[in-house]
Amino acid sequence: MAAKALAQIQNAGPPRRTRRLAPVSVRIAAGWIVAMVAVSLLADWIAPFDYATMDLRNRLAPPVWMDGGGWLHALGTDDLGRDVLSRVIHSIRTSLLVALLGTVIGAVLGTSLGFLAARFGGWIDDLVMTAIDFQAALPFLILALAALAFLGNSFVLFVAIMGIYGWERYARIVRGLTLAAQAQGYAVALRTLGASSPRIYFAHILPNIASAIIVNMTLNFPETVLLETSLSFLGLGIQPPLTSLGNMVGFGRDYLLTAWWIAVCPAAAIFLTTLAFSLLGDWLRDRLDPTLRGR
Amino acid sequence: MLTFVLRKGARAALTVLLLATFVFFILRLTGDPALSLVGLDVPPEALEAFRQRWGLDQPLWKQYAIYLRQLAVGDFGRSFIGDRAAWDVVADRLPKTLLLMSVTAVVTLALGIPLGIVAALRRDTWIDRVAIGVSVAGLSLPNFVVGILLILLFGVGLMLLPTTGSETLWHLVLPVATMATGDAAVFARFSRSAMLEVLNQPYMRTASAKGRVWRDAVLWHALPNAAIPLVTVIGLYMGRLIVGAVVTENVFAWPGVGSLLVLSVENRDLAVVQTVVILVGITMVLTNLTIDIAYRWLDPRTAGQEGRA
Repeated sequence: MAAKALAQIQNAGPPRRTRRLAPVSVRIAAGWIVAMVAVSLLADWIAPFDYATMDLRNRLAPPVWMDGGGWLHALGTDDLGRDVLSRVIHSIRTSLLVALLGTVIGAVLGTSLGFLAARFGGWIDDLVMTAIDFQAALPFLILALAALAFLGNSFVLFVAIMGIYGWERYARIVRGLTLAAQAQGYAVALRTLGASSPRIYFAHILPNIASAIIVNMTLNFPETVLLETSLSFLGLGIQPPLTSLGNMVGFGRDYLLTAWWIAVCPAAAIFLTTLAFSLLGDWLRDRLDPTLRGR
Repeated sequence: MLTFVLRKGARAALTVLLLATFVFFILRLTGDPALSLVGLDVPPEALEAFRQRWGLDQPLWKQYAIYLRQLAVGDFGRSFIGDRAAWDVVADRLPKTLLLMSVTAVVTLALGIPLGIVAALRRDTWIDRVAIGVSVAGLSLPNFVVGILLILLFGVGLMLLPTTGSETLWHLVLPVATMATGDAAVFARFSRSAMLEVLNQPYMRTASAKGRVWRDAVLWHALPNAAIPLVTVIGLYMGRLIVGAVVTENVFAWPGVGSLLVLSVENRDLAVVQTVVILVGITMVLTNLTIDIAYRWLDPRTAGQEGRA
């Protein structure tokens, strides 16, 4: 009770400067993310095998804790005798890289368009808002499927599609915050002093609204992972010989009866990673940007 | 109210037109469908005949005009595969998907909303924490992972339920469970915060002060007001439901529009993909239009806040 009352008093006051430790769940989540990033960076060194090397005499070997498993292939092998652990490690790298690229492209695109809409208003604003409404009105997976079907599937195009996913949320947030910032003293003062528009927007307004963008990036990241893995699962995303967590699950699906580990290992990696990012994102949102709470 | 409906209606029509245009250009501008469908090693006369047959030899703007006119009369073109009207191909699959989606929607709402309400009423107890934990986990689990796990558990492990096809009602259980898990979590989370918002309103205190039993106050004051923001999520939910159906149908080989879409994307069957995309677009636009109007009607306070947020 006392702790609750104390928290209420603290919440009532002006922005507090005290540093509180994040809850245990968030710390575990952050640890997991750090581990995953390390795994992706060091994939070439820590993976015990090349992810594409086949060992045909050791096909469908079970993981180490099951009968017949061994430390040689700690998470077993797949239908072509490829080491599941090595494939998961490389898949984590692909999936995180694609999601990272997609998130950054989306953030840059959305932020720029949000600035444009706020700076120029008029028909440019109308155009951006129509595009935002258009994209928000339709399930993105369907648009992505249409685009992938008819543009063919290449890695670059796939990353571009991941980048287009979610831009409208950045644009909406940035546009709203920028409209408010433009009216504030510092922006007006800069304009009066003759600062150029790019300078006002990128050097002065951007740092002031950065926390909202960062929060949106952390929340957008796991969604991009889910989109990528879903498309790859359907066989329409990352194509072999590249491997992603989604297409591993997709191929492993045919072996659920005989070799469940092929699908379950990457599935677990997807779940834990997106969960970790969601926990961190929610916590960041509450910390950095109380105005976004509950959205 | 009339101008409001008209303006929203015009906006909806514009969105559908934009979508049709997007689909047209993305489908026609990118590569030659004749080449990719007929193949490179056929005589040029055969290619020419193919182009003529599908109207691919016309200038682009003419193709666009023809395309819009055909859409207006409900002609979505012909499927390259099997030479049937694309709409018929889709319509054959539609009942299965609608069945899957409607059963899932009922299960999702029946699970998610009560869970959220209970969590809000028992705030900061273990029920609340479990509900939040489950809903965060549910949000992080993509449909195909849930589906695979359910197949492993109930299909492979316990051998209780069928995992492919759609012949009996039993076939419905796993796909519905797959789609409902994550979405029920979303609804639980949302109805919890909607409920908490309402419980802190002054009228709840007033109701208590008037001597109203808490249960009645919740029933008659809190629930109806908390239901209003829930209406706005339905549009988002429709999108999730459609995406969920596409993925889930593929996991369980459910013969609906979702598995048709993925198959058509693989085969580059232009007309069918286009039909499905436009159908989804119209569904979404109509859903959002209905919600906008319903929301305005349920909560007249929003009338003054028409400006963009």
